Amino acid sequence: MKNGNGILRFLACGSVDDGKSTLIGHLLHLTGNLYDDHLRALEQESAQNGDNGGIMDYSLLLDGLTSEREQGITIDVAYRYFSTHRRHFIVADTPGHERYTRNMATGASRCDAALILVDAQLGVVPQTRRHALICALMGIRSLLFVVNKMDLVAWEERVFRGVEAQCGSLARDMERFGLLPADLTVVPASALLGDNLVSLSPGMPWYSGTTVMDWLNNISLWPGRAKAPPRFPVQYVIKVARPDGAWQEGVDEGMRQGTGIFRAYAGTVTAGSISQGEEVTVLPSGLRTRIENIWCGELPMTEARAGMSVLLSLEGEHDIVRGDMIIPGSDRVEVAHLFKVRLVWMDEQALFAGRRYRFRNLAGTATAEITRLRGKIDLSGYQRLEADQLSLNDIGEAELLLSRPIPFDPYHENRETGGFILSDLLSNATVACGMILHAMRRADTVRLQCAEVVPRERADLMGQRPCVLWFTGLSGAGKSAIANCLERKLHKLGRHTMLLDGDNIRQGLNKDLGFTEAGRIENIRRIGEVARLMTEAGLIVLTAFISPFRSERDLARDLIPAGSFIEIHVDTPLEECERRDPKQLYQMARRGEIPNFTGINSPYEAPEKPEIRIDTLAQPCEESADLVIRYLIAHNLL
Amino acid sequence: MKRTEPLQLLEQESIRIIREAVAEAERPVMLYSVGKDSSVMLHLALKAFYPMKPPFPLLHVDTTWKFREMISFRDQTAARLGMELIVHTNQEGVRRGVTPFTHDSRAYTEIMKTDALRTALDAGGFDMIFGGARRDEEKSRAKERVFSFRNARHHWDPRAQRPELWNIPNLARNRGESFRVFPLSDWTELDIWRYIGREQIPVVGLYFAAERPVVEREGQWIMVDDGRMKLAPGERPHMKMVRFRTLGCYPLSAAVVSRAVTIGGIIRELERTRNSERAGRLIDFDQAGSMEKKKREGYF
Repeated sequence: MKNGNGILRFLACGSVDDGKSTLIGHLLHLTGNLYDDHLRALEQESAQNGDNGGIMDYSLLLDGLTSEREQGITIDVAYRYFSTHRRHFIVADTPGHERYTRNMATGASRCDAALILVDAQLGVVPQTRRHALICALMGIRSLLFVVNKMDLVAWEERVFRGVEAQCGSLARDMERFGLLPADLTVVPASALLGDNLVSLSPGMPWYSGTTVMDWLNNISLWPGRAKAPPRFPVQYVIKVARPDGAWQEGVDEGMRQGTGIFRAYAGTVTAGSISQGEEVTVLPSGLRTRIENIWCGELPMTEARAGMSVLLSLEGEHDIVRGDMIIPGSDRVEVAHLFKVRLVWMDEQALFAGRRYRFRNLAGTATAEITRLRGKIDLSGYQRLEADQLSLNDIGEAELLLSRPIPFDPYHENRETGGFILSDLLSNATVACGMILHAMRRADTVRLQCAEVVPRERADLMGQRPCVLWFTGLSGAGKSAIANCLERKLHKLGRHTMLLDGDNIRQGLNKDLGFTEAGRIENIRRIGEVARLMTEAGLIVLTAFISPFRSERDLARDLIPAGSFIEIHVDTPLEECERRDPKQLYQMARRGEIPNFTGINSPYEAPEKPEIRIDTLAQPCEESADLVIRYLIAHNLL
Repeated sequence: MKRTEPLQLLEQESIRIIREAVAEAERPVMLYSVGKDSSVMLHLALKAFYPMKPPFPLLHVDTTWKFREMISFRDQTAARLGMELIVHTNQEGVRRGVTPFTHDSRAYTEIMKTDALRTALDAGGFDMIFGGARRDEEKSRAKERVFSFRNARHHWDPRAQRPELWNIPNLARNRGESFRVFPLSDWTELDIWRYIGREQIPVVGLYFAAERPVVEREGQWIMVDDGRMKLAPGERPHMKMVRFRTLGCYPLSAAVVSRAVTIGGIIRELERTRNSERAGRLIDFDQAGSMEKKKREGYF
């Protein structure tokens, strides 16, 4: 075969009527991938349906369902196959209609690249942002925004630059949300007339970038899967009785010989590679053994790499079943049953916390409960909003509790072992797809590298229990004063501590952040991460920030092992804070000189159940610090 | 063979699909239509379960109008591999005299193929049914999932397909419901032939060009495979160098003029051809949206 660059799976997405099917159909034609009889049928149909003055309606090539052609929209994904001198392509043409988001997600879940169409006349619309977000959440790193229908805006560069800027701001929102930066390109085009699909458009001499086809031919495939740590989920156990079982004709006598049973494990290497003779651990049992033989079909092999469907035999006799995970070498994998996850909700019935569903991933099935909804993602700015339900097509974050622990990887490290689906226990309908962010409580981390120093050991050396003392409250409530006093007392007791506050964080690590909502969220996220690192180093960490939003404090709480995050609400009434006003900030805010000032023109969400509440009207600084120390002693933290 | 080579990727993916379906099945079965796609699918199944025999029977819906060569190839293949073969014919249809010559192709297909298939599946209680269909064959097939849900009456609802994410199919089902599983979904006709060449997979001789007795009907070459074919007045079969790109019931499968007598020859011919594979499948064109309608009712 001429092209040796493998298969690129990509999708076309974007809002309804932005021209996805037309673009794919036209691309197939221009690259010589349409048969004559298909073209003739297309010409006829275009003429029948056509109000386009003799121009072919390429979308008819893709919209293969009767109801799609009747309604002129795409309902479900169509897959097409074509090749160029560079590589093979599998393209998923996905529906733009919001109602069929589940089908778009279906198409996106296995792709490495995405064409996101934008109508030049309309610019980026919410559905564009929804699809871009789903692509990014699915781990698609190569995004091409195709600004389509340039013919309808007189090929004007000004229009294109405007939409290009919107795509840029979408990308910035994505990064701010915490997604890995994508490789993003924007191209002006006309799917209908073919401009900039395979050759540069004479109508747009001002554009000299890539064409759609060049981009597809040249982007590099994500190497992540081959490089990720090796994983082999057991898919099927092959058992044949010796010597007279159901052997295939012509199977080697050596294999059939003896009494007992031939037993081996079939599955696909989902990441990395595995080799004959290698030591392995089997999860969840933790059994250690060695790979004896590897076959692909009847072909023995010494090594199997990501994507290969092989058969392994192991040394010794073991009880290994479908869903177990074989992990080679010095690698380790987490096993957990409580996770923070992202969900794309696909069911007409909304998700509420407390509902139970069937969970399924490569490690099998379990019963799942959404214990807590952690907000949904607002499409206009990719911000996390408080939410008590997820409706059809919402994207959100939640805590998921499973009936049994499973081995997993975070989705961004391994799509195969980090993705899952939820289905309804009665109707069996798929209600959501999800991506594991991290385990909330580590049920058990199987460690194969004994030499590693773990957080517990660092803390033991210091003779203390690390924790985070998270002070929250209005500006001027007295957080820093109490925290300083408390740190002094702990220091005197011989404890290793660190205080994080506005002075040492806002002016250094976070000096690039503003005071917009997004800036404040990121500020708290970084503080949470720093606090986590410091607890892993063994320290008792005190933080003194207003931290007005419940969800951000919860975000920080998630990062810290359970029981080690102590939220302290310094509960001073607004009037008192404003009366004290040590830095005259309230005065300025009242004059309108400070936007987004907590308590004045931005809300403060008081903690519902803080571990400690301090009433500064009732007790002075010193006593408040003692209150915290008593709590730490009572909870075995001092 | 390079790891990133497309055929290799397709093969490994298909093996994974076959194993997944069997692992989740109570009673799996493989629809074996004797064609090139079935031959590849069966070959992949042998690889998927090596050294064990694939743990399912083969099912052939025999309309009694298949090419004779197909039937002998089918029986030889099952015997050579030592696999169980279930052959099902709609005897009621035969008694009523339903043939491709007496009934229009839509009614004929409904009775002799779709009805027959549903009956055979119900009789066996099969819940995971492999088929060799490929998405590049036809526009409505391009829309179908790899694991395609069927209700208890074997109907497909193209407007409400289950989402299919990553490699995690949702195969949960209630009694009587089933899945059609298409391991070759992502293969193209050329991929199939290149793989047959690479793996030396036996296929029916009808795929290779030879002198065969044909008549011309409505611009298509139809082979006169046995004496049941009624010739029009003045119509006389003559020998012509033809081969078949796709095989079904002989009166409904048109031959193409070809000199390709080897797999390499077929591949070269396909690389140059300007016509699609199913251009010679008469039943695909009997009405608009034809394949989708048949599929909804339970046809493969």
